[in-house]
Amino acid sequence: MEKLLNWVDDRFPLSVLWNDHMAKYYAPKNFNFWYFFGSLALLVLVIQIVSGIFLTMHYKPDGALAFASVEYIMRDVPYGWLIRYMHSTGASAFFIVVYLHMFRGLMYGSYKQPRELIWLFGMLIYLALMAEAFMGYLLPWGQMSFWGAQVIISLFGAIPWIGDALTLWIRGDYVISDATLNRFFALHVIALPFVLVGLVVAHLIALHEVGSNNPDGVEIKKNKDENGIPKDGIPFHPYYSVKDIVGVVVFLMFFVSVMFFAPEMGGYFLEHANFVPADPLKTPEHIAPVWYFTPFYAILRAVPDKLLGVIAMFASIAVLFVLPWIDRCKVKSIRYRATIYKVNLAAFVVSFLVLGYLGMLPTTPGRTLVAQIGSIVYFGFFVVLWYTSKNENTKPVPERVTK
Amino acid sequence: MRKLITALLLAVAPSLVLAGGAGIQLDKANIDVANKEAIQRGAKTFVNYCLSCHSAAYMRYNRLGADADMTDQQLKDNLIFTRNKKGEQTKVGELMKIAMSEDYAKEAFGTKIPDLTVIARSRGADWLYTYLRTFYADAGRPTGHNNKAFPDVGMPNVLWEMQGVQEAEIRVDDKGTKHVESLKITKPGTHSVAEFDQVVNDLVTYLVYMGEPMQLQRQSIGFWTLVFLLIFFVVAYMLKKEYWKDVH
Repeated sequence: MEKLLNWVDDRFPLSVLWNDHMAKYYAPKNFNFWYFFGSLALLVLVIQIVSGIFLTMHYKPDGALAFASVEYIMRDVPYGWLIRYMHSTGASAFFIVVYLHMFRGLMYGSYKQPRELIWLFGMLIYLALMAEAFMGYLLPWGQMSFWGAQVIISLFGAIPWIGDALTLWIRGDYVISDATLNRFFALHVIALPFVLVGLVVAHLIALHEVGSNNPDGVEIKKNKDENGIPKDGIPFHPYYSVKDIVGVVVFLMFFVSVMFFAPEMGGYFLEHANFVPADPLKTPEHIAPVWYFTPFYAILRAVPDKLLGVIAMFASIAVLFVLPWIDRCKVKSIRYRATIYKVNLAAFVVSFLVLGYLGMLPTTPGRTLVAQIGSIVYFGFFVVLWYTSKNENTKPVPERVTK
Repeated sequence: MRKLITALLLAVAPSLVLAGGAGIQLDKANIDVANKEAIQRGAKTFVNYCLSCHSAAYMRYNRLGADADMTDQQLKDNLIFTRNKKGEQTKVGELMKIAMSEDYAKEAFGTKIPDLTVIARSRGADWLYTYLRTFYADAGRPTGHNNKAFPDVGMPNVLWEMQGVQEAEIRVDDKGTKHVESLKITKPGTHSVAEFDQVVNDLVTYLVYMGEPMQLQRQSIGFWTLVFLLIFFVVAYMLKKEYWKDVH
């Protein structure tokens, strides 16, 4: 065994990689609950890729066959229903896990110097994930697949001059059609997963280069022992590998509960209208995107002008990219930041949830008003942060991590 | 942190009250997909009354047989009424298709007739249960009937023989919208109200089953998966404790 390892190591840096990223990667010992979601996101990515491969073996990306092929998977492919529910539950689980992961970053300032690139790679992952989910949702070829895609793609039509040509180019037709389905399939199963995996690798390499942040926002590399090992660090393997297994098991309990007992999740994970085959001549009464897009959809609808609405929607995601430079406070963790930051972050989270809820409902004047207030609070988070973070009244940060 | 989460939850709570749908009050169907006899009875009504205009093109006859304890011979004798071009009876392994063409259906009913395989998943059991029981006489409609749950529906009142004919008391509001206030049977059918409700309930049970034939299987697998994860959790937790006891 030893000999074999040496043989490989002479030709490929297997032990080096293992040590750099697992056995001798020193992570802070004070990770809490919020630090499970990174590894869980990786787990869900694997679940999606593996279940996706098996779905691809039976799915037909063809306007005339797609809907029936999904039902074929549900009925005639042995345990096809299990694979399909795994994939559909996985899509929502991915966003739940990623949103919690991003919230962790906001709480503990994980996007700050020297981790700006980790955050940027993470945001690109989020962007790719949204594209991946959007294109995947067209594939079952139900009414919501069709009309959801119709609405989202038509947003690009609001862009002056090139709008119409752009939507035509995206769809490959004047309406959503077989051509659109086929190209979305190609992008969903090859191009975007490729991009996603590449970005995840970059995200992890950047993380392991600078080391993990922690709930205290203390740089553990500042306090090293005589061997050059951070005093507050513990090897990722075995300590966090065994801890993450516990997190994985708990996560899977929730995951399989949805998958086996409520795969539609009351119409939020699999929308009821999507059990009706796509019909270009019949618009559903109410078109709502899947829950993970609804906060941005609510912002879009809150703005009376279509072009400005589209700009606001894209801006609500784009602004997150520059967060490391908006937040100028030197203190990372919420534990040692001023009350204004805590209130600001809480308002941001509330606005995100309220917008997400409103985005699922048909509009009424009252709801539009709430969505407008929600949008102002959403963008207000960044404005307030810019003005307050520079001279924030922070508490003293300890030298070492606390228990 | 806990305070923050509580505050967040409280802040969202009022918005949840806004939830709730418009439309009519639906009657509650009593669905038990584990009741194989109900599925058998529902299937009988389905093939006799629905499966000549509506297809169930993703469902196979022998899947129904396997799930509801019917032999191939029982399926052939009681449930399969269609034939192929050669005139032979449709095979038990085939999908529940119909002879009517889409073009003919459009001409006859003015609309595409929906496939019913997954109708229970888009409409919901309560809606179907209400819809099938709320046809009422309306001389203004081509079929002579209208429906409370689906106003101006194209479908004729197929089950009228059993239910009889209902008359509606209609209220027109300020905006000119018609509301069906109440329904009363004026010409009794072959079934009593309770018997007819049972027939429709069985039919909807069948539709719910057909929408997701594996639903009982998925719940039982789900139960054992959770049992496994619970045991795995104990092991994983003890392993973590063991490793972490030297971290201070």
